[in-house]
Amino acid sequence: MANESIKVRAKVKDGEATIKCLISHPMETGLRKDKKTGKLIPAEFIQEVVCEHGGKTVMNAQWNATISKNPFLSFEFTGAKSGDMIKVSWVDNTGKSDSTEAKMS
Amino acid sequence: MNQNRRVLLKGTFAAGATGIAISAGLLTPKAVLAAWPKAAFEAKDANAALEASLGSSTTTESADVKLKAPDIAENGAVVPITVTSDIANTEAISIVVKENGTPLAATFNLGATTKGVVSTRIKMGKTSDVTAVVKAGGKLYSASKNVKVTIGGCGG
Repeated sequence: MANESIKVRAKVKDGEATIKCLISHPMETGLRKDKKTGKLIPAEFIQEVVCEHGGKTVMNAQWNATISKNPFLSFEFTGAKSGDMIKVSWVDNTGKSDSTEAKMS
Repeated sequence: MNQNRRVLLKGTFAAGATGIAISAGLLTPKAVLAAWPKAAFEAKDANAALEASLGSSTTTESADVKLKAPDIAENGAVVPITVTSDIANTEAISIVVKENGTPLAATFNLGATTKGVVSTRIKMGKTSDVTAVVKAGGKLYSASKNVKVTIGGCGG
């Protein structure tokens, strides 16, 4: 779906990986009103982000609509080496989802 | 030739049906991934949210939990938050914004090799205490900081 919605930067130094993800997503809270029609814009926000490395889940983030538009997430983990793949995927409350894989450098 | 056409038509039809099932909410992704704790995220009270998310609302202030947030957030729609936990075996990190309509912003469940460092950006409706709650060894540790907001970012 939503093409290339995830940008991932993954760096490894001395076996420690730093992952930075930027996801393009509106993150609507469901509280905002459309300025033209005055109607509420329905909620649309990412509920879960999962990052996997070597078949293991290194990060499972559960989000509320509180997270800002075009969400940013950064975290660190050990036991990685350069050239490893990291898989990042998200699912939102409307059932939309996306995933990507990135090579660590 | 005709046979192939049949197969192709059948295939597209089946795919279409799955699509309808998804949009009708019959196959929610929640069933596929670990359950999203709805009760925790929709709770209007910070303690109730923690209870539903991490199983307890009793937290201990700890110097090993560090919360990095701005003193004054000019734009409440984008408030950068970094939580660092020096506690061994940190299992989960939650961010709670006390004065938001739904206080629980996020819960990060960490893997066995993941370090206790998480950064993200959150929305804040108004000036509030932001609390980082760290779950380690079945106990909850916390650190709080007051963040002043000049323009709210939750609706309007």
